[in-house]
Amino acid sequence: MSSATPTEGTAGGTRRRRRGPRTWLAALPLIAFTALAFGLPLGALLFGAVTRTDPATGATALTGEHLSRSLQGPYLGSLLGSVQLSALTALIGSVLGVLIAQAVVTSRSQALRSAVLTASGVLANFGGVPLAFAFIATVGISGVVTQLADLTSLGWNLYSFGGLAVVYLYFLIPLMVLVILPALDGLRPQWREAAQNAGAGGWQYWRHVGIPVLAPSLLGGFVLLFGSAFAAHATAAALVGGSVPLVTLKIADALSGNVMVGQENVALALGLDMILIAGLVMAIYLPLQRRSARWLR
Amino acid sequence: MRRTPVAAALLGAVVLTTLTACGAAPEGAAGTDGKGAKSATAASAKDFGGMDALVKAAKQEGALHVIALPPDWANYGELIKAFETKYGIKVESENPDASSADEIAAVKSRKGQKRAPDVLDLGIAFARSGAEEGLFAPYKVEAWGKIPDAQKDADGRWYNDYGGYVSIGCDAKRIPNCPKTFADLLKPEYKGKVALNGNPTKSGSAFGGVYAAALANKGSFADIQPGIDFFGTLRKSGNFIPVESTPATVEKGETPISIDWDYLNAGYADQFKGKGVDWQVAVPTDGVYAQFYSQAVSKDAPHPAAARLWMEFLYSTEGQNLWLKGYARPVLLPAMTADGTADKTFVAKLPKVDGTPAFPASAELDKAKATLAEKWDKALS
Repeated sequence: MSSATPTEGTAGGTRRRRRGPRTWLAALPLIAFTALAFGLPLGALLFGAVTRTDPATGATALTGEHLSRSLQGPYLGSLLGSVQLSALTALIGSVLGVLIAQAVVTSRSQALRSAVLTASGVLANFGGVPLAFAFIATVGISGVVTQLADLTSLGWNLYSFGGLAVVYLYFLIPLMVLVILPALDGLRPQWREAAQNAGAGGWQYWRHVGIPVLAPSLLGGFVLLFGSAFAAHATAAALVGGSVPLVTLKIADALSGNVMVGQENVALALGLDMILIAGLVMAIYLPLQRRSARWLR
Repeated sequence: MRRTPVAAALLGAVVLTTLTACGAAPEGAAGTDGKGAKSATAASAKDFGGMDALVKAAKQEGALHVIALPPDWANYGELIKAFETKYGIKVESENPDASSADEIAAVKSRKGQKRAPDVLDLGIAFARSGAEEGLFAPYKVEAWGKIPDAQKDADGRWYNDYGGYVSIGCDAKRIPNCPKTFADLLKPEYKGKVALNGNPTKSGSAFGGVYAAALANKGSFADIQPGIDFFGTLRKSGNFIPVESTPATVEKGETPISIDWDYLNAGYADQFKGKGVDWQVAVPTDGVYAQFYSQAVSKDAPHPAAARLWMEFLYSTEGQNLWLKGYARPVLLPAMTADGTADKTFVAKLPKVDGTPAFPASAELDKAKATLAEKWDKALS
């Protein structure tokens, strides 16, 4: 997805197009769809997050209470927990994903390539409750592997921050492979040869040619992974319940619980916080991407 | 800035649908002949002109829409089937695993629609807040007088129906010595074995587990902190596992010791007897805590007569005994034991409990929940 742009860019670029009223018109359905599909929920979210309706009178008033509560105590803890887990898994997932993809590209084996691509396509979409149960059955407390290899005495615990990170990596690494493989394909062997002819070593090639060219895709992949991990809910809910504080779990607690009454608006405020964090990540990513994309022209 | 008109438009749309919904409700849902309107306001079977008239009106409606009634929970599956066969009314059961909050949300968001829930099975806090918001129709079943005063709303907007005690279930095939009290759970032999059946900030039964643990550790209805500390200690010692126990985890042995309602634990014992699981249930003597769930009729029930008939059925001897069969303790059990209508074989199978249950006051419950929401994450991480 996001890798398409930089690959085109390396190929010489159809980046600058004439802008006219017609192109704008063609985008109208997309704009309308976006406004409807994203704008309406966002509006509802924002409205709910900053207002309160009195149950007795039905009167609605503006309040900052929900937002401030969403940034305090356990709610703040869950936001930080989510950011930590997502950043960590996205970082590890990006590195490992790139290494795997690079191995596939350099091996030049068509069979390996299609095998890895197919597996990645399947595994990247293997999430939620089935994934959690697959892990419980293999490395949970009474899981097959846990029993055979006596993992518990080695300190393994699936139902913890570390365990959850491993489960997330299971679908994040394949996702990174899918995203980065086309970009790696875009690195011409000629560039490497040219660098070698000019006397550059392997590290120098990567430092001055490879990584700068790949940077936008790498960043894009990292952001995608971060988003995937940040928004994941079902896997975590099935695996760790309330014991690892995550914002998506907190939202679910507040929205559809049997215990807490009248927390819906705090859940909306937490949703808004999530959007802000995602926006912040994008705000860091976009200028960096633009900066590195400049080298590709 | 662009968002303001969107929000305004959205608000407009919401208001509009609510208005049209209000207009449509009487004719679309309850019938136009005036009889429907009568059903919707009937506060007892007498208002229909007796039980027979109620049954007739309900049969005419032909359907009952329910939400959040899991068939494997307190014998709800059989209750629904018995109601369907007895009255020939189809029970449309939606989203069986939904929560109380989902039920309240469904009542609000489906107002005036045919798919709105007719009756609700709620945690006590949601029954109280829903009544305050005016979402329920007051209705008093025939057995109203026999329900203890502490277990019902004086206006009949909600009343408790079935409940049970916090209990410790244990797989005797895997655990040589089954724990009988909360103090037992701290023993080193239960390392990596003790589970709750949910996250207490979300699940009512897990919340009950923490409350019971508080009572077992010098806490009170007003002070749940010792219960949170207890699970903190369990977590630190490695005994507590954060897996939420379900029938699946019980059967697989993933949660060899599970704190849950006694009726659910006792149900697992039955369910998995033939599958190599010897599931034993004990109500811990050091932390006795009982809780009941409440029933209410939705004010905007699309099938108002069927909804009221369902209530009558639940509080009939037949309905109450069906709960008993699911190891739940029906609210009329004391009355039925007194007049001899309670099914003795099922009463004998209930896990043994000494003494009579006490219930926290509304303010105490609110305080306990606030403390739990604040402290649970920290204690467990």
